[in-house]
Amino acid sequence: MRIALFVTCLNDALFPRVGIATVTVLERLGHTVTFPAGQSCCGQLHANTGYPGPARALEQSTEAAFAGHDVVVSPSGSCVAHLRAHTRLPVYELSELLVDVLAVTDVGARFPYRVTYHPTCHGLRMLRLGDRPLRLLGAVRDLELLGLPEPEQCCGFGGTFALKNAAVSGAMLADKCAHAVATGADYLAAADSSCLAHIGGGLARRPGAPRPVHYAEILAATGAGAVG
Amino acid sequence: MSTRHPPPGRQLPIVAVTPFPRAAAGALRDAQLRANLGRATRTIREKRAAVVAEVPDWEQLRDRAARVKDDVLDRLPELVDRFTRAATAAGATVHHATDAAAANAVVTDLVRAQGVDRVVKVKSMATQEIGLNEALAAAGVTAVETDLAELIVQLADDTPSHILVPAIHYNRGQIRELFARRMPGFHADSDDPAVLAGAARDYLRRTFLAARVAICGANFAVAETGSLVVVESEGNGRMCLTLPDTLIAVVGVEKLLPRFVDLGDFLRLLPRSSTGERMNPYTSIFTGVTPGDGPRRLHVVLLDNGRRRVAADPVGRAALRCIRCSACLNVCPVYERVGGHAYGSVYPGPIGAILSPQLTGQDAGHNATLPYASTLCGACYDVCPVKIDIPAILVHLRQTGPKPAAERAAMAWLGWTMRDRRRWRAALRAARSGGRPLRVLGRRHGGRLRRAPWPLSAWTTHRDAPLPAEESFRDWWHRTHDS
Ligand code: SF4
Repeated sequence: MRIALFVTCLNDALFPRVGIATVTVLERLGHTVTFPAGQSCCGQLHANTGYPGPARALEQSTEAAFAGHDVVVSPSGSCVAHLRAHTRLPVYELSELLVDVLAVTDVGARFPYRVTYHPTCHGLRMLRLGDRPLRLLGAVRDLELLGLPEPEQCCGFGGTFALKNAAVSGAMLADKCAHAVATGADYLAAADSSCLAHIGGGLARRPGAPRPVHYAEILAATGAGAVG
Repeated sequence: MSTRHPPPGRQLPIVAVTPFPRAAAGALRDAQLRANLGRATRTIREKRAAVVAEVPDWEQLRDRAARVKDDVLDRLPELVDRFTRAATAAGATVHHATDAAAANAVVTDLVRAQGVDRVVKVKSMATQEIGLNEALAAAGVTAVETDLAELIVQLADDTPSHILVPAIHYNRGQIRELFARRMPGFHADSDDPAVLAGAARDYLRRTFLAARVAICGANFAVAETGSLVVVESEGNGRMCLTLPDTLIAVVGVEKLLPRFVDLGDFLRLLPRSSTGERMNPYTSIFTGVTPGDGPRRLHVVLLDNGRRRVAADPVGRAALRCIRCSACLNVCPVYERVGGHAYGSVYPGPIGAILSPQLTGQDAGHNATLPYASTLCGACYDVCPVKIDIPAILVHLRQTGPKPAAERAAMAWLGWTMRDRRRWRAALRAARSGGRPLRVLGRRHGGRLRRAPWPLSAWTTHRDAPLPAEESFRDWWHRTHDS
């Protein structure tokens, strides 16, 4: 299948390894990935911060960049939710594409570590990803999945909320980090690089805390090497 | 425990006098408050989830209730008219108040006409919204709150911090101390909840029996029959609605329901959503006056106070579906950590963040900061029994509200850059080379930045910041796939 990748502006600039992992998994499964170069940002940041004009322009440029593509995939729950609400693009979050469209859960990965999973708010409540990411992780060889306490609690990121309401965001982050540390996992996985940047930035200040990782990076792993 | 006084000037108690971020940061420093709130909201959350799970047609109920409320908002003038005619025919007197001042004036005159200086009250959000108790006090009339938690808050000269559990920020030691200081005739030296409740009951009994005028709100007003419905747990409402000669109900126009049969769905949705009970202990439905039974005079004040303006906003109007169950407060991660006072309004939490700024207009006080008091996590939308898409309305209010000039310029530049492939690629490269010295600095912290200058210090106060990658994704793609 030909699959067009919407990598997201954040991954493009800060976390290219998440895009690379997505490409790696899909190519390993025998699919052809394309990367329409006209893409940048889906418009979510502008829309949610209160700027409908620039948001609309970015939604339209994204729609134009992917015109004619039958299947678009993105490793970001919040961007997929935004594009689904504001464009007509046939866009899937990575776990939706793998489980629902390609009907695979075992993508041939091996990751010999203990992993806990944080279901981000957009994945949980807007896309209703349910257990799709967990089923994918559950099929990874040598991976031990550990439950996260109060998983459905927001991590406190919320885009510009993290800056505008820094104190509340920090309090929510502290609780999320404490729960992550309590699992004793090596890694905390999630489906959104933005939440991971926030949670990971908090975990980095706590000794013995799990390392943040996008679950696509785990699905791309085949050896014993650490990621993230 | 914080003691708050009404703000200077005669501002409505739905206008924030402090920007939300500052009020919230202050509340976060109160560790006791955070512990109380965390425990209380978690308990209610779990109770609600359990009883909602018992109802197989919950989603259909929510859909139907949302549709009924939207229909009401479509035909407000017609239903106000129908209610007025039906209630009047049943012996009630209906008044129409366009704003808080008008409603307060009507009620004050009615109370004065009875020649009393003391009235009993059933908990009502509408009367809190218009500052009725303060207006009555200015006219020399004492309004005694008879709902236990409201009484506690009133005795403390405090303001409620939760719609349904107004004294959620008090523990029982604090309550005993308060009763000893402020409740006439209180002697008990125990802080056993049963003893405290018993003392309050004795005090309220005496108050009920002496009262000639009562003031209430309504959870629902049925246009077809002119009936009012009061849903409560303690029985104090039933006393207020039946004992005094004169009953005055202050009711927001959005409380209307078209038909009596519409009540059924709402009475199933409300208790499960609010207290986590299958049914609340007391539901009073009353229509006009009945000779020899209950009050001899019933006045209904239908309150607009901005509602018709809100109803005209195609996105924001859904906020008027609200039945004040407070489920959205109990699941809100922001409310759970800062409590109700930070919202600067009698309407706290997610519903407050969309209702207060709409009722007052975003230029009132610091109400324009309220739509940003959310991560848009969506937990509120999931539990709302009338399916208000609170995150969508928060975004709508952000998009229509005022914004700082510097932010506006930065967001415009960012949008302009991202919209064009060449500009975006150039920006990525610039970020990469600009990030090089930072990466050297950040090497000690696993490639992250521990301290950044303002305004990014708001980020690094609480967490490390990621740095631009050595090679952007599109450069990687170009190198590996395009040649
Ligand atoms: S917005 Fe919905 S959940 Fe919140 S108080 Fe109103 S009805 Fe309840």
